[in-house]
Amino acid sequence: MTDRERVPDPTASAHQPLLSARKVRKSFGGVEVLKGISLDVAAGQVMCLLGPSGSGKSTFLRCINHLERIDGGRISVDGELVGYAARHGRIFEMNRREVAKQRRGIGMVFQRFNLFPHMTALENITAAPIGVRGLPKPAARDRGRELLDRVGLADLAQSYPAQLSGGQQQRVAIARALAMDPQLLLFDEPTSALDPELVGDVLDVMRALAADGMTMVVVTHEIGFARGAADEVVFMDAGIVVESGPPARVLDNPQNPRTQAFLDSVI
Amino acid sequence: MPNLPLARPGPDAPPIDDPDPRNRRADDIDAVPLRHPWRWVIAVVLLLVFAGVAVSLWQNDNVNHPTISEFIFDRRILDGVVLTLVLTIVSMAVSTVLAVLLAVMRLSNNPVMNALSWLYIWAFRGTPLLIQIVVWGYLGLLYAQITLGVPFTDFSLFSMDTNTLIPAFTAGLLALTLNQAAYSAEIVRAGMLSVDEGQYEAAYSVGMSPTFTLFKVVLPQAMRVIIPPMGNETISMLKNTSLLSVIAVLELYTVATQISSQNLRQVELLVVVSCWYLFLTSMLSIPQYYLERHYGRGNARSLPPTPLARVWKILRPVPRPTTNRADAP
Repeated sequence: MTDRERVPDPTASAHQPLLSARKVRKSFGGVEVLKGISLDVAAGQVMCLLGPSGSGKSTFLRCINHLERIDGGRISVDGELVGYAARHGRIFEMNRREVAKQRRGIGMVFQRFNLFPHMTALENITAAPIGVRGLPKPAARDRGRELLDRVGLADLAQSYPAQLSGGQQQRVAIARALAMDPQLLLFDEPTSALDPELVGDVLDVMRALAADGMTMVVVTHEIGFARGAADEVVFMDAGIVVESGPPARVLDNPQNPRTQAFLDSVI
Repeated sequence: MPNLPLARPGPDAPPIDDPDPRNRRADDIDAVPLRHPWRWVIAVVLLLVFAGVAVSLWQNDNVNHPTISEFIFDRRILDGVVLTLVLTIVSMAVSTVLAVLLAVMRLSNNPVMNALSWLYIWAFRGTPLLIQIVVWGYLGLLYAQITLGVPFTDFSLFSMDTNTLIPAFTAGLLALTLNQAAYSAEIVRAGMLSVDEGQYEAAYSVGMSPTFTLFKVVLPQAMRVIIPPMGNETISMLKNTSLLSVIAVLELYTVATQISSQNLRQVELLVVVSCWYLFLTSMLSIPQYYLERHYGRGNARSLPPTPLARVWKILRPVPRPTTNRADAP
């Protein structure tokens, strides 16, 4: 692991984006789900991915932190190729431990929360900082409480996930992702599994994160959130980027008929 | 809606079927509780049957009761009990570690590990335990010497007479452990498969390595599914130790047969042995409660009661309206 070097992405320019995807392709059993996705996210930006279900948004998101291995193209985060390392002048596919190390810088929030049910809210947050990073327990707990406070759940540190509402669970999940101090946060439909009245709390936390300058890629169906918080909106359909740009243009004045049709059906 | 005066229980109202009249409100129905006469009939019939069997056993002239009380705390029997317990605990502990290893191998993407684990389970689960015990016990007939060295060369690190290296106790322990590992591996595998795929993804997304994920995220959750059948296996193991009598390991059953071959009190000694097995299996279920409670933490369903709580429940059969709902606040 010590001789692992960052693979400088040759396509990255001097003014490089934090996340850069070039012609990313991915197939599942002969079905091409991603047909060459290219996009850039600059540090501090919020990008919302919109599109009908099956358009490949979630798959693309999972490729960014190598939960799915891409079949073609390249993804780099902070100028470092995802899933590949250079040793002795050659590029090697990373083993699982190296991938795990790389993922520390990329947080992810899931549709179904995926909290660890046998741990309290606080333990969910501190497990990785203590076990993966070797942070001393008291420091990790202090930081965990601070993060819980930040997502508005300071008094629920000792609750188990089953004792929390969906909205509370998702906010704990956001705090868990933040605990590793990621430079990039991925959200996979974070409010789709929530009761309507709980969506607002989660979106508020996400807006606060965006305002704090967190770089975020958000797969969502919340058009209102995309309009208010996103710097760029990307509309995907059938594995390609159909249209992208600032929310005012893509959401309020879409050029592509597929985008128009989707927005009409959602709003 | 028919205009029955049904009380609608508010959030703080007691349930409508609360048998305690003090908890009843003025507008609740004052009804005669449902009676269960057949429960009484069946209970009486069963009690009569049990009493009949007990009396017939007690009055059976072929059973010499003083012999039972003479041997139940006999020194040799107690030594047998200790050995049986040691065999059970050691073989269960070691086989569980092996089982986790086998289950992880079986679920890994490595085809060699996968095949090896499959082969192991196939061989040890597919042949009778009794035969495995005999093979280990009489390994000296197969290999007079056991040598550790490099295959197909003369180099040897160590060589020893098989019967010295593996006495009957070790052979028995090996047989029970290796056989149990094959069964337990499938239980552990089932437990690991019961853990949601999203748990792995969540663990990986915060940078946990596969090994860390296994021990901190997957196995603790799998334990909830693993422990009840493992309790079963432990009880089976306790009784399967009696099979070691075929290779003359001096556990409880072997000791009893040795005594009865001298005093010809076979039935009495079998009663003695059965009493001990019953006692030991009853004792084994106590740690199971606590393990289940420990690994059930965070689960929405209420935890299983402790043995004390169970006794308490029997003594106080009227349940209070419990509020063990783990609904979201």
